[in-house]
Amino acid sequence: MRREGSAFQGLGVVVLKELSDHLTSVRMRVLEWLIVLVALAALYGAIQQIKDTTAEDPFLFLRLFTTSREPLPSFVSFLSFLVPLMAIGLGFDAVNSEYNRRTMSRILAQPIYRDALMFGKFLAGLITLAISLVTLWLLVIGLGLLLIGIPPGAEEIGRSFLFLLVTIIYSGVWLALALLFSIVFRSAATAALVTLGIWLFVSFIWPVLAGAVAQIIVPLDPRYVALGLPTPGTAETEQILARLSPSTLFAEVVVAILDPTTRSLGPIYLSQLQGAVLGAPLPIGESILIAWPQTVGLIAGTIMLFVIGYVVFQRQEVRA
Amino acid sequence: MTGETVIEANGLTKKYGRAVAVDHISFNVGRGEIFGLLGPNGAGKTTTILMLLGLTEISGGDVNVLGFNPGREPLSVKRRVGYLPDTVGFYDQLSAADNLRYTARLIGFKKAEREKRIADGLARVGLTEFADKRVGTFSRGMRQRLGLAEILMKGAQIAILDEPTSGLDPHATAELLGIIRGFKEEGVSVLLSSHLLERVQSVCDRVALFSGGHIALMGSVAELGREVLGGGFVVDIEADGAGLAERLALIPGVSGVEKTGISKLRLHADRDVRPEAAAEVVAMQGRLKFLGVQEPSLDAIYTRYFENKPDEGMTVKEGARHAA
Repeated sequence: MRREGSAFQGLGVVVLKELSDHLTSVRMRVLEWLIVLVALAALYGAIQQIKDTTAEDPFLFLRLFTTSREPLPSFVSFLSFLVPLMAIGLGFDAVNSEYNRRTMSRILAQPIYRDALMFGKFLAGLITLAISLVTLWLLVIGLGLLLIGIPPGAEEIGRSFLFLLVTIIYSGVWLALALLFSIVFRSAATAALVTLGIWLFVSFIWPVLAGAVAQIIVPLDPRYVALGLPTPGTAETEQILARLSPSTLFAEVVVAILDPTTRSLGPIYLSQLQGAVLGAPLPIGESILIAWPQTVGLIAGTIMLFVIGYVVFQRQEVRA
Repeated sequence: MTGETVIEANGLTKKYGRAVAVDHISFNVGRGEIFGLLGPNGAGKTTTILMLLGLTEISGGDVNVLGFNPGREPLSVKRRVGYLPDTVGFYDQLSAADNLRYTARLIGFKKAEREKRIADGLARVGLTEFADKRVGTFSRGMRQRLGLAEILMKGAQIAILDEPTSGLDPHATAELLGIIRGFKEEGVSVLLSSHLLERVQSVCDRVALFSGGHIALMGSVAELGREVLGGGFVVDIEADGAGLAERLALIPGVSGVEKTGISKLRLHADRDVRPEAAAEVVAMQGRLKFLGVQEPSLDAIYTRYFENKPDEGMTVKEGARHAA
């Protein structure tokens, strides 16, 4: 027998309530200022660098995002670091705070399903992140126009817009992870620590560890080592392992989209490069093709984490 | 019980793994009735309530709330039933009215109706002047009242209150019980759970005493008193008059007369003999100062009942602990 009514009854109400909570919270304000200040610093560095090296670059505008000037990292690196932080900051106490405030059973006694509550919380978090990122994106484009003085071409706008979309998807992965742990752990502090721990591990330790693990699975071939070349099998395994991390996937997508000269995201053989004009930019459609599998991976990761959280939440006892 | 039945439970059972929290309980609640689920913590009261609301899966048995099955039609049940959880919580950063607005939106009231219902609800529990104050500043008693305002605002046909008086001072308790009586006057059925027997005794029409997942006793307080305390009425009387005790002992139904103080007597009888006792005093031209019948106390009933069954009483079964 089907249960009565729609699972999404009350969804809009929950989204609006959570959204207004997010947008008025002190936490959100701190995160926003952090991002804006850091982005401005990165942008300033990039513009200085671009001004110094006035090269004849057809994609000068995209350099805004990727150029770095010591000691500051580029805008993209900053974002790949701060977006997870912001998503975790918004999500780590989404569900457990309802238990701790003892509002959960009261809200669930209203004519809605749990689905609406959880979906509403995720959606509100994602909308909040999207609003912040779009604002940031407009800010960067505007400042770029003012400071460089060269209007971006249609393709540059298109590519940077794709970059924006992918960043929002990337934030969704971390939001879903934070939401999952906010369901699993009743204590918000535990949830925050575990989520941050996983983020640190996956983003900073795993890429290093992947190389070591790959060498265990596929040992280095002494012939390649003697020639000073990477062993193909080991390199491939390493890449597969590294791609388990959403940070790696995001970095690869960003490279493919913001650097039109990127032709492949994996190791390629010299034979594959025959006839290629190195350094020539690819059309935007080709770049999307290169980045597509990674993007799908990020979306799939988000859905998977959300579904696990959903199942756990549905089975949870309401009482605190 | 008055007229139609609004809650009907038959062999209701809840298991957590192998532990049984609620074990085949059956009861029903009529319209406009105040029904008390009483018992120690962990006896299965809250679990029963959650099953009635469809907030936890039912392991066995049938339950019917206003004609709906909470397991299959939870939205219909939750639209008509108001719930005040044990230590109710609100969003502290929002005002009282905003908290109610959120619930009202979830229920789906239109804006004009919403505002009217919220104002009415807050007025009924005496929180009108605090409508725009943040709930963070509220005392426990005010939060409980706000919870009742939510049920009033919802226009519920059944109000389910879980431990509504726990942690409240006597004044706040009296206020709360007053509001609960108000529910009854409007024909709203009330199901309330408590481990504080004395406080709820005065409002409940009927009670079910829970113990280790079972309903040990059910009925009105007077019925339970007769059943457990061995029946009989105790009438206290204070009056002057020589030989009064002897005269009173002759009233049909009186089984014993006891002297409890200067011109104070206590009659044990199998019915309420107050009218006859008063007539006797007056006939003797004595001065009647006090005449009262002792209501059986739930505390006494509870203690006496479980004295006789020590294995079932205060020692909560393992597994029923989940139900705290």
